Order: sequence, then C-alpha cells, then structure tokens
Amino acid sequence: MEPDLNASAVSGGPGSEVPGGAAAALRAAAPSALRWESGLAVLVVAIIIFGAMVSPQFLTSGNFFNTGVTSGEIAIMALPMTLIIISGEIDLSVASTLGMSSALLGYLWAKHWPMLAIFVMVALLGIVAGLINGLLVTRVGLPSLAVTIGTLALYRGVALILLGPNTISNFPAGYTNIGVLPIPHTQLPYNVAIFAVLAVIFGIVLHATATGRSIYAMGASPEAALFAGIRVKRIKTMLFVTSGLVCALAGVLWTFRLATAVQNNGYGQELAVVAVVLLGGVSIFGGKGSLAGVVLAVIAFAGLQNALLLTNFNQEATGIVIGGLLLVSVFAPNLIALRRVGLPRWARFRSPRGRA
Amino acid sequence: MSATVTARREPSGPPARVSSRRLTERVFRIREFGIIAVLVVFVAITTAIQPSFLNEQNIQFLLINTTVFALLALGETIVVVSRNVDLSIGSVLGLSAYLSAGLFGEHHGIPVPVVFLAGLGIGLACGIANGFMVAVGRVPSLVVTLATLYIIRGIDTLIVGGNEVTAQTLPNAFTNIAHASVAGVPYVAIAVAVVIGLGAYYLRTFRSGRELYAIGSNPEAARLAGIGVGRRVFTAFTISGGIAGVAGVLWAAQYQTIDSLAGTGYELTVISAVVVGGVAIFGGSGSAVGAAVGALLLSSINSALNVLGISQLWLEAISGFLLLVAITLDRVISVKLAAALRRRSSGGGT
Repeated sequence: MEPDLNASAVSGGPGSEVPGGAAAALRAAAPSALRWESGLAVLVVAIIIFGAMVSPQFLTSGNFFNTGVTSGEIAIMALPMTLIIISGEIDLSVASTLGMSSALLGYLWAKHWPMLAIFVMVALLGIVAGLINGLLVTRVGLPSLAVTIGTLALYRGVALILLGPNTISNFPAGYTNIGVLPIPHTQLPYNVAIFAVLAVIFGIVLHATATGRSIYAMGASPEAALFAGIRVKRIKTMLFVTSGLVCALAGVLWTFRLATAVQNNGYGQELAVVAVVLLGGVSIFGGKGSLAGVVLAVIAFAGLQNALLLTNFNQEATGIVIGGLLLVSVFAPNLIALRRVGLPRWARFRSPRGRA
Repeated sequence: MSATVTARREPSGPPARVSSRRLTERVFRIREFGIIAVLVVFVAITTAIQPSFLNEQNIQFLLINTTVFALLALGETIVVVSRNVDLSIGSVLGLSAYLSAGLFGEHHGIPVPVVFLAGLGIGLACGIANGFMVAVGRVPSLVVTLATLYIIRGIDTLIVGGNEVTAQTLPNAFTNIAHASVAGVPYVAIAVAVVIGLGAYYLRTFRSGRELYAIGSNPEAARLAGIGVGRRVFTAFTISGGIAGVAGVLWAAQYQTIDSLAGTGYELTVISAVVVGGVAIFGGSGSAVGAAVGALLLSSINSALNVLGISQLWLEAISGFLLLVAITLDRVISVKLAAALRRRSSGGGT
C-alpha cells in the first residue's frame, strides 16, 4: 500500500504525456489509493441517510449551518495537522494555541486595543507558538510528541495567566455575528468558508508542489529525504509555524463564534483533531494519506456528531462512536495487511533522531 | 557532534577503567539523581521563603495529592519504557472511580478491599483490551489508546448520565483511607511507595522487566533476540490498566464526589510527570522511581504556588515549561553521553 499512493501522485498526476504508462500506473495505483477515500465517501453517505432517518431536521439548511459552524475550527486545525502527521511528526498543542490566541484576543480587547492591531498580535503569537514547537523538534532534535505535550500545557498556561477566571464577551456584534449568521446570499458559515479555502490551498501544496512531495518523502523516510537533498528541518519548522498561525486564526473564529474569550476555549480538542486526521486515512507513522480523505473525515465527523445530537443519544457519549470509528479506521487496513507485515506496526513507532 | 568528539579525543589519556567509572557515575547521576536534586533544591528554596511549606499538615496534603499521580506514573512508565504510550488512563480512572465507589451505595456494608478488587478488575479489563489491540491487532498504541480514551469515557458517561456518587453514600472506612496516617505519614503514601518500589524492582531486576527496556530501545533487535515482544507489550498495557483502575478507587476515596468527568485530562499530566522524571518518551530508558519523583515534583510545585501565595494560574505554564526543560536537558546530556561513549571506545582502541 505504501508505494502505491506515492506512485499514483508521482506518475499518475502529470502523466498525460505517456498515455499508456499513465493509464497503467493509474490502474495499479487506483485500487489502494482510492479505497480509503471511497470508503469514507460511503461512510459520509451512510451518515447522511442515518441522519435523515433519525430526524427530519437533519437535512434542513438551518441544521447545515449549525453542523458547519460548530465543527469549523476543528476542521481548520485538521489541515495543518494533516501535513504535520504526513511529515512524520505530531502537534498536540493545537487546541492550546487556539486557547492562548483566544485569551490574547480577549485580553487586548479588554485593554481597548484596536481590533486590527489585536489581529496582528494574535497572528504573531501563533507564529511564535509554532516556531517554538518547530525549533525544539528540528533544531534541538526532540520528539514532537513530547515537545507538544509540553507546549500543550505551556500555551494553555499562558492563556490562564492572561485571562485567569475572567470572561471577556463585549466584542462588537459585527464580529460575533459569524456565529449566528451565514455569509450573505449563502448558507455557508464563515468558518466553513475559510476551511474550504484553506483546504484547497493545503491540498494544492500537499499534492501538487515539490514541497508537498517532500513532506511525503520525509514522512516515509527522514534519512532518505535528507540524503535526497530535501530541507527536512526547514520544511518541518515551516509546518509547525503554519500550524501555529492557522490555530491562532481558529482561536479568533472560535472566540467570535461563541462571543466569549475564556482561558479554556477549545480545551481538549487536540485529540479530536488528531482523531479526524487519522480517520481520514493519514498514517500515524507519516508518509501516507491525502487531504481529500481528511476533508471527507471532517464531514463524516461533523455529520455524525450532529446526527447523534438530533437523536436522544447522550451528547457526551458520542466519544464511543468517534473512538469506535477511529479503531475501525486503523484496524481495517491492518487486518488486511497483517499477513504481509513482518514487523508489527507499533514497533515502527517513530524514533527520535540519533536513537534509531 | 562529531567535531567535539575529535576535538576532545587528543587529551584523553587516562586508562579505560577510570573513564568508564566516570561514565557510569554520570549515567547514575543523570537518570534519578538529577530529578531528585531538582526536587530537593526546589523544596529548600520554597521552605527558605515560606517555612510553613514543610509543616506536617502541608506535607501530608502534598503526599496524599501525589499518590494517585505517582501510581498512574508507575503504570505509564512500564508502558512508555517499551516504546508505547497509554492515553486511556484518565478515562479508565474515571470509569473505575464511579463504578467501584458506586458499589457502596448499591450494596451496603460491602468491604473496602472488595471495592479495590472491583476497581482493579475494571482497570485490568480496559488494559487487556488496549494490550490486545496493540499487541495482537498490531495497531500503534497512540491510536489505540486515543480511541479507547474516547470510548471508555463515553461508556462512563452513558453509565453515569447526570448522576454522581456523593460523599454521603461512602462509608467512613473508605473515606478515611485518604486521611489516616502513622507518625504523620499517610498510609496511602506508604502503600503507594511500596507499590512503586516493587514496580521499580520488577523493571530493574526481573527478566520480563528488562525485556521491556530492550523492546523500547530497539523493537526489531528485541524480536531477533528472541523476546516475545507482543506478550510483553500486552502485559505492560494490562498492568497499566490495572494500576489506573486501583488509582480510580483511591481517587474516589480522596475526592468523594464522582461524576462523569473524573480524571479527565490526567493522561497528559501523567505523561508529563513521567517524562520530567527522566523516562524517555520513545522508550528504552528511565525508571519508575524517577517517574514517581517527577509526579512528586509537579505536585510540590502546585503546593508551593499555594503556600507562596502565587496564583494557581501559573501552575500549568510552569509545568509545561518544566517538561520542555527536562526533555531538552535530557537530549543535551544524551548527546554528550554518546560523544563520551564514542571517545571512550576510540580511546580504548589506541
């Protein structure tokens, strides 16, 4: 399965010059490369049917708005997370970066800063947060899992220090309307529109640029990527910085949508983001996955959560379904591949540089 | 890195034996003594500023608060040492706390040890499920335990609903567990210290314990060396689950009000304690004692902020910062150590 996906994008993408070769490559690659996404598409359809069956409200435009608006930030944070996991790293600090940005937004607004200056500061904060993660991972050579567990606490801690127990909620209605009103003349919530635009950008970067190919390469084999002349450290640092910036944006959206800045905004959502990305078919070991899969997983995640909300199913217990889906998503391909694998998958758990 | 090796190679005159002793000395110091030294210095400074930090009541409070985290840290250490991770412990703790403490309300006069056994059983069941999926299903532990974190918490929420176990339903024999002490030291702290001691002894001395380190250092080599990797990893998760189950009962005795949020978010705090305590997040090194001291250090910081009148708001940022410092130091030291090892082996050659 590993080589297929890479091969499909390398030779199948620009392969129209040699029709025969491209067709052959496509035929070889398509089954396994498309299997995951088509499986997810079936899942999405099943969830829509399920939702429509359990509640007549499910397929209304008002419900579409609600579903989108409540999942928008998770979806947005899942985009840079996808690239980071494909590159062989992980960022668990995303939700804390969101919370810290939200806190800074509230803090500066309470200090009567102009909104534009606040946006600049929040963006800078996100960049710095990402840069700290990136430098510790690439320059000091620490495992990203440990680094971002540390910054998860650190950034949430900064949010706590900034706001304490206070709640800032006197934001102007022009901003907080994004939580209740769609973009004029559409049914689209603002955060979903932003997600869509970002998804296209991230999709192009990942699937149609040299940088994107490098991200797959370094995820599949960091050393080989390095020997091939790829600036592994630089690209990874950039990915973490991008993640920080995007999470800061998500923090702003989250704050305005709920019209409140509190220190625990987005608390615990990092695992939901990771779960969505993995459900999207991205391998936790890096090197595999596609943005289309993650977008489908986002839709499945949001639709399922909403459908369960409309039934009398205990809201908090949706974790069972999400966790179950996550397990199915990793077991299905593993059970198929079990016979072929010599080394157990968990044993390939990424090792830090210098210890492998 | 290689530059320092060659630069320092010339003056290395002393015989191999001396340098090797120095080397082991360094390793010894680094792994546990480093964190203990930090703890001692921290306590000393805090006490110098505010002597009431070391009064009996505060120490008791500190020890009781540490017990649950230190126990969880032991289980997590056993898993992390084998290059795995268990993210489900917070959820297991919550489920076990509610179900086991709930027994007091359902069966009046049920003996306390039976409740502990129930907690242990619940934890073992969760641990077995995790271990089975990781070892037999060959799915990365990060993903499996992330999923079971959600699933077990979801089951907990379904069972608990809007209810909670309240202090009135708990017998005194149970709630006293958290407070009873001998010569100022809480029984719970002694019991947990003994368990950690046993755990540390097991990891250090038993063949199966040593094999966990081997697996964590290099799973492939461990397999080739004939170690039953799957079986060992399965056992590690089972132990971690069982410990989280027992920790849940202790948690219930301590907090006495148990709703569906008990233990939420504990997994990352415990991993912080483990890593601060010198256990490498990618396995192969670290000790249970170090992890317990890591848990004690985090609790001490919490308590010190309280005593010094610094806002609790700083706690989270400080513990995050500390974790980053700990892993950075560990990395720097291990790079130096690798250089020293290389110097030693090249020194032996000439």
